[in-house]
Amino acid sequence: MEYHSPVSLQDAVDLLNDGDAKIVAGATDFFPGLERGRAPERLLDVSRVSEMRGISVSEAGWRIGGATTWSEILEFPFPPAFAGLKAAAREVGSVQIQNAGTVGGNLCNASPAADGVPPLLTLEAVVETVSASGSRLVPLEEFIVGVRSVNLEPDEICAAIHVPGRIRDGRGSFLKLGARRYLVISISMVAVLVHVAPNGAVSEARISVGACSPVAKRMTELEAAVVGLSAEELESDFPSDPKFLDPLAPLDDIRASAVHRMQATTELCRRAVIEAVNLADGNNA
Amino acid sequence: MLDEAGHATVMFSLNREAVECQPANCERLSETLRERLGCRDVKVGCDAGDCGACTVLLDGAPVCACLTPSRQVAGKRVETLAGLLSSDARAGTLAESFQQHGATQCGICTPGMLVSAVALLRNNPEPTESDAANALGGVLCRCTGYRKIIQAVLNHRRNLPHGNSFATDGVGAPIRRIDGAAKVEGREIFGDDAGQPDWHALMIVRSPYPHAVFKFGNVDEFLRDSDGIEAVLTARDIPGLNRMGVIPGFIDQPVFAEGETLFRGEAIAAIVGRREALHDFDVRRFPVTWEELPHVSGTVEAIGSGADLVHADRPGNIMCSGVVRRGNTAQALKEAAAVVEGEFSTPFVEHAYIEPEAGCGIVQNGRIEIYAGTQAPVMDLEGLARILAKDTSEIRVVPTAAGGGFGSKLDLSVQPYLALAALRTGSPVRIAYTRTESMQATTKRHPANIRMRVGANRDGRICGVEYEGRFNTGAYASWGPTVVNRVPVHASGPYKVEDYVARTWGVHTHNPPSGAFRGFGVPQSAIAQETLFDELAGKLGIDPLEFRIVNALENGFPTVCGQVFKQGVGIKACLEALRPAWSAANAAAQDFNQAAKATGSPERMGAGVAAGWYGCGNTSLPNPSTIKAGIRQDGTVVLHQGAVDIGQGSNTAIAQIFSEALGVPVSGIVLESADTDITPDAGKTSASRQTYVSGNAARLAGSALRESILRMFNASENAAVEIGEGIVQVADNSERHVIDLGRMQPDGEGYVLSACETYDPPTSPLDEDGQGEPYAQFGYAAQLATLVVDTGLGTVKLKEFVAAHDVGRAINPMLVEGQVHGGIAQGLGMALMEEYVPGRTENLHDYLIPTIGDVPPVRTIIVEEADEHGPFGAKGLGEHALIPTAPAILNAVRRACGAQLRCVPATPSRVLAAIGEANAG
Repeated sequence: MEYHSPVSLQDAVDLLNDGDAKIVAGATDFFPGLERGRAPERLLDVSRVSEMRGISVSEAGWRIGGATTWSEILEFPFPPAFAGLKAAAREVGSVQIQNAGTVGGNLCNASPAADGVPPLLTLEAVVETVSASGSRLVPLEEFIVGVRSVNLEPDEICAAIHVPGRIRDGRGSFLKLGARRYLVISISMVAVLVHVAPNGAVSEARISVGACSPVAKRMTELEAAVVGLSAEELESDFPSDPKFLDPLAPLDDIRASAVHRMQATTELCRRAVIEAVNLADGNNA
Repeated sequence: MLDEAGHATVMFSLNREAVECQPANCERLSETLRERLGCRDVKVGCDAGDCGACTVLLDGAPVCACLTPSRQVAGKRVETLAGLLSSDARAGTLAESFQQHGATQCGICTPGMLVSAVALLRNNPEPTESDAANALGGVLCRCTGYRKIIQAVLNHRRNLPHGNSFATDGVGAPIRRIDGAAKVEGREIFGDDAGQPDWHALMIVRSPYPHAVFKFGNVDEFLRDSDGIEAVLTARDIPGLNRMGVIPGFIDQPVFAEGETLFRGEAIAAIVGRREALHDFDVRRFPVTWEELPHVSGTVEAIGSGADLVHADRPGNIMCSGVVRRGNTAQALKEAAAVVEGEFSTPFVEHAYIEPEAGCGIVQNGRIEIYAGTQAPVMDLEGLARILAKDTSEIRVVPTAAGGGFGSKLDLSVQPYLALAALRTGSPVRIAYTRTESMQATTKRHPANIRMRVGANRDGRICGVEYEGRFNTGAYASWGPTVVNRVPVHASGPYKVEDYVARTWGVHTHNPPSGAFRGFGVPQSAIAQETLFDELAGKLGIDPLEFRIVNALENGFPTVCGQVFKQGVGIKACLEALRPAWSAANAAAQDFNQAAKATGSPERMGAGVAAGWYGCGNTSLPNPSTIKAGIRQDGTVVLHQGAVDIGQGSNTAIAQIFSEALGVPVSGIVLESADTDITPDAGKTSASRQTYVSGNAARLAGSALRESILRMFNASENAAVEIGEGIVQVADNSERHVIDLGRMQPDGEGYVLSACETYDPPTSPLDEDGQGEPYAQFGYAAQLATLVVDTGLGTVKLKEFVAAHDVGRAINPMLVEGQVHGGIAQGLGMALMEEYVPGRTENLHDYLIPTIGDVPPVRTIIVEEADEHGPFGAKGLGEHALIPTAPAILNAVRRACGAQLRCVPATPSRVLAAIGEANAG
């Protein structure tokens, strides 16, 4: 059995090119899923790959290294558009998990209840995958394709997540429903990013829902319906057509009934949109 | 650099010292620290990041060592509790504060809590409550209810007075635990801390199906082909009786199944070998073939006509039944002005102690010694003797610290396997159950299906109670018969009920055995009875608290068993103690809800009350405890205290009782804790019996020792006894006497004076109608829950508990509060989130227990209605801490938003559905 811990992306992809390996970063999903006697033959630890650590900003937007931890997300001076991502970061497991678990790992693990996915969907995140033969930019919607299934070739690494600069002036929010306060897997969660016009009306909206379908989804019809509404209008008469949530396919399981998931999601969408619209302008999320 | 197995050397800083080791490539840092580097202060509770017990600092940041690849820490700084205690003053301050506040009970979560708290204080020296909760939210505690942990962190710098500076440390003093230092310093030895890294390991092969038959393949060939595996044990290897169990007549669970398994997780074989060989052993390699059979999953199915029998000799899948009957219930209900009824259901509840079962077995001087966490060392000894076909003198059971028990560690778990493996191989053997294994294989709280009718007359007096409870006891009996017997005695609640019939049945299904869990079925029953009482009060237009006060049992009135207590009935005092808080909570809820309606907020506040009682000790059965004490020539007073302290504090409370009786301070006593070679039988830690029963034995032992001293000088009863170095001084009025202990002849154990006393509670058998004297005393409780329901999402947020508990006499008020807080946290979990589903929630992320953010402030009102039988008036407390909690919450939810829940847990889904029904109705 081999364990590799390269410090450069080139070395990482070269190692991957040499043969299959299980990629780990924070290992917070790896160990709980590890069955006795079934350890992988090769482990590729990308937590020290410098190109995959940290967050950089340019005119084009933000680049979040795949091995950036949730704690690093919380510490970074993002604008209010990232308020939802930060709120989600606070809900990832516990402080212990946030200190180890990474953004890239959260995406690649592809749990329907991954906390990071809904806010990154609203941020129109694009995943940068890298292999020895080159790199690809894959919109997040196309990156996670199913439960525990991602659009990543065996020789590719999720090197970074890009958030385009165009969301710069948005305001974000994130709400999660679970049956206890900490360390809880969502029953449902909603992330929102809105742009608010000078007259106070929503000019653009992005709303996504997690834990209610195999892959978290954008609610495009609901997004369209909230555009043009002010905070007061949203409070008094939130768009409530049930078809807005048609993209969802919630399960009946131990955590919640499907009926409840839909009811709660309707309410979470309302609250999350209002929270985002009311988010005070400021420099940092 | 690689070792023989091809493992690279990893160098890092551990507690400020450079270390190097060769971990396996997939090795967890928790394993490396504990087994290669001796850091047994790092505890393992789940191996999945769900409990935080293994929290260490990695470059200063808290992480779960169980989720950290050891190879990943190369070149980094790792700090554990032990290291922090020597390098960071905050750790020592916090550890001291934890002791002063009673923030540690069993102690298994304490290292994780303290390490997380140090990290918090480094960044934030003056944290708020919410900062503290956020920082500690990743560490689960099942004992304390978290409130004392929060206080210990917030007040870490405040130099609070504690028991050790009180004028006396005897009965009534809130002294810190006398065994607390080891817990806060990570030195406590739990089950998996007792063994050495190079000892043999043991792995149990378990059934993957709820019901199946199996055949072994070629085990000899498997052994031959498996490097490092030394033995395979199966039913054939059991020299004695292949059965485990706790109730005579119901010792029915095979140590190893014989051809057929009756629940998922049942043991069929054990593999013994070198630790490295078993560490990566893939159980699919074990030669066995399975054929799955249809299974009976629930109570309703099991008692249905034509259901398959779990045991051929238990018709109708009925294990046993119970009844208590008094008066004419049918007539009373016919005459009642109002009658309410309901059907209730509760699920399996998992004990979820943070320490999975673990221990080791050693053959020493021809005897087998078992070191493991347990609540019942002498029952373990007797059970092992049956299985091993040995005399009890050939076995020694030494309880390690138990990282929580709550009833499940009353049964044998790892012990027989360890004993068989150590005897077979001659080598010391260790095992620690995985979290999943612990959840699959050990006992649960019984799921209950309850049907109940309660009537009352126009002035609100109870007039007829009819109760039927069916308890899913799983595949084997365990403590099921106790549940079946206890429930009918308690199902009336602590009230005057003259016309009563309660019947119970234990029902077999293909599930893990249900056994003992804090309250033995009474918490499930209280949910039905106490919520129906609220509905009945509502129907009659009577305030729910006043309704209970009117009906509260009093001295001189018969219980449903016809037992009349002339003294000691404290339920009315508990209920009355809630009156001020009840009116304040209702007023607050009214204001809150008015404001919420005005602003359109979906939140609704409600307050609810519930009561409970609990008979201390065995039901109508002998239940003795024996305590021994002696004084050595050098003046050391030694207390042989065999009442296992599983975190509740018996080491401390029993020492306080003994010291009060002897008349010397607790600080002058040396404790010998449970060990079947050293301590006499103090019975089991269950049924809220240790303070009462073992406490009485300690009181008698202390008095006997004192009397033998006084007798030497014919001194009066009030004489003061002082024990110093090598002497005992007696001051009797103006006379002073001195005994030179050095001149006295020590006995075989080195004692110049000693006493050994036994106490057995006076009870009498129950007749065929359940009439008699089941317990010598009951403890009583009433709790008030205030909460907010989010009617948009169905979530319930607790705001406060006020808990009035009649403990007769609080031997140690700080420990009393600890029991109340912990009981409330477990009751809250049962009410709102806990549901064990075999095959589905076998870990601590799918099975939810309350976190530090879920338990609200608890105000404990200690009621002291002294009991003539109790030591210094004391009554048991462990279980009535929990009994009223779930119904108080359900009553508060109904009063907040109208949602009526008859099925727990009241998850957001169920609450939202019930709100929908309430609004539709």
